[in-house]
Amino acid sequence: MAFSKTLTLLLVGGVSLAGLTLGATTMASAAGGGTGDYEMVHKHWHFKGITGTYDRAAAQRGYQVYREVCSSCHALEQLAFRHLGDNGAPFENADYPNPNENPYIKAFAADWSVEDVDGDTGDVIERPAITADKFPPIFPNPAAARASNSGALPPDLSTIVAARNGGADYLYNLLIAYDAKKPDDVELTPGLYYNPVMDGGKIAMANPLSDGLVEYAPIEVNDHGEVKTIPAPEATVEQMAADVTEFLAWSSDPKMEQRKQAGFATMLYLLILSVLMWFSYQRVWKNVKH
Amino acid sequence: MSGHPSTYEPKYAATKWMDQRLPIIRMGADFMTFPSPRNLNYWWTFGGILALCLVSQIITGIILAMHYVPHVDYAFDSVQRIKRDVPYGWLLQPMHAVGASMFFLAVYVHMLRGLYYGSYKAPRELLWIIGCLIYLIMMATGFLGYTLPWGQMSFWGATVITGFFGAVPVVGESLQQWLLGGYAVDNATLNRFFALHYLLPFVIAALVGLHVWALHHAGQNNPIGITPKTKEDTLSFHPFYTVKDGFALCVFFLIFAFFIFYQPDALGHADNYIRADALKTPPHIVPEWYFLPFYAILRAVPDKLAGILLMVGAIAVLFVLPWLDTSKVRSMRFRPVARGFFIVFLIMCFILGWCGAESPDNIAFAFGTNDAGEKVGLSFYRLSQISTFYYFAFFLIILPLLGLMEKPKERPESITKAVLGGSHGAAAPAE
Repeated sequence: MAFSKTLTLLLVGGVSLAGLTLGATTMASAAGGGTGDYEMVHKHWHFKGITGTYDRAAAQRGYQVYREVCSSCHALEQLAFRHLGDNGAPFENADYPNPNENPYIKAFAADWSVEDVDGDTGDVIERPAITADKFPPIFPNPAAARASNSGALPPDLSTIVAARNGGADYLYNLLIAYDAKKPDDVELTPGLYYNPVMDGGKIAMANPLSDGLVEYAPIEVNDHGEVKTIPAPEATVEQMAADVTEFLAWSSDPKMEQRKQAGFATMLYLLILSVLMWFSYQRVWKNVKH
Repeated sequence: MSGHPSTYEPKYAATKWMDQRLPIIRMGADFMTFPSPRNLNYWWTFGGILALCLVSQIITGIILAMHYVPHVDYAFDSVQRIKRDVPYGWLLQPMHAVGASMFFLAVYVHMLRGLYYGSYKAPRELLWIIGCLIYLIMMATGFLGYTLPWGQMSFWGATVITGFFGAVPVVGESLQQWLLGGYAVDNATLNRFFALHYLLPFVIAALVGLHVWALHHAGQNNPIGITPKTKEDTLSFHPFYTVKDGFALCVFFLIFAFFIFYQPDALGHADNYIRADALKTPPHIVPEWYFLPFYAILRAVPDKLAGILLMVGAIAVLFVLPWLDTSKVRSMRFRPVARGFFIVFLIMCFILGWCGAESPDNIAFAFGTNDAGEKVGLSFYRLSQISTFYYFAFFLIILPLLGLMEKPKERPESITKAVLGGSHGAAAPAE
């Protein structure tokens, strides 16, 4: 009797969990289906699944793609340079637990210039960024951004993977789908390009990637003291799209690795507690029919 | 406060002193020994689960409020900052956001349990009505809270919902402006929404106090709906139900934790990761999942005001349910016909939720294609009309008539008879 009730409970719990997840995933994949004959490519991302982590080498190359290609129009307004070297971040380094001391992060910051006020004269000046600075805006204001992009506003990329139904797959496909053949019923006005992943098939961004656009170098990854060298892959459109997606996925959810680790411990704790509670329940109710 | 004779004896000088002045220890002790029907099943564990949901929401909410900035220019960034830079913000924010969903999940189970086992019938009408009031304020709190992150769905959800008030005849427009603090959703709106979102949970907490008081006065209902008659029909709340509720709570928190840690965004909308933009309407404005059935009812009629009246009516009807159901039998276990209608009601609620998530013009069930190659069949619009009709018919036609016409099954004399089949059993916890 008690056993069958528990079974019912577990069933109800399981079914509702499955239902909720299923509902959520169908909702998530419902949009962004694409137009024309384009078939969405579903990649196996390194960060998916309950133990998934960000592929550091891919995310580091992704930062290079962002810096050399995307950053001419797109900002990363939620990110500071120090975030790049945080726990769980692309440039995390066991030798530099404080990302502000990480020489890579310092160099990346110095590569950008930010607006500041000269403390002595009060003049508005430009100075090289430091690790504590946020990534600077690309355009001074939205109007300026539109003026430089034939009326379109390049979206901020720091939350872009979370902000699109389909997430990483959406962004990856958007970047590789420019070659798809345009159906006749999609009419493009000047300044618009065909991209089957966009709603309606129209996009204001010209194809940003072409084979060999960036020059990848081998990457040294310090994985908790173990230094590995990852050879540079060929900079194909697919490779660059996957890399920048990996980087932007991290940017959307920078605490994912901490969260999953804490989640594992929490779930294990709750599971053990549930089992103990179950046996306590059985024991307390042993002499009581109900 | 509790409706059973107190058995508490203060043992120490301090507790005796306390007991003569403010018998709060007695209240707690009586709470723990409260005689509860011995046949309560797992559906009865959701009351305790809900209490913990409320506590969790209030604690995480207060900490989040320490870091949140209720200003149109900073709200979105402050939420991002909480998730990126505030210590443990990455945990608190999803605990609060997922917590809202889990709170509603539990409250729906709790309400449906009350509906199935007739927990709203005498002498528990007020207990039920206070519960309906808590649910109503929960809906308001959930809606206000969803506005605060100031993403696209926050902003447009707030615009759509407050737009309903504009449909009220004569005073609608003034009412809407008064609520918003302006002509459109803006900084004044965000500020008052934040203030109210902080206030309402404490109103809920006070109502929960009344809810529990009423519960302890009338006593719990139980799966067979027969009022406990003898001491053998009941068990002390502790340890019997603390341990049973505790087990159910752990299982519930396992599901809760799964979403917090592994699917924190699954129950939300991607659009809310885009900063609110008053000039750009998202293609689909959809409320949170827990409002979807009511959203479907709202859109089931072409007239805006009629839709709003239906939606309000869908909740209002719950308040008068104790007087709509004419059956004297509480539990639907002994009402096979009512049980059938209840199961259909449950399915209709899910269908309403489905309709709320879809565009009304889309086809839910296709029967074929027309000459132009488009699918023809039952649209979500028609489907939501059918299920809305059933929703109201269940309360306004089926339950009132069924109570007069239906012949219930024979009920056992007492809980003990039902459980033990006549023989007696000791009701003492094992050592």
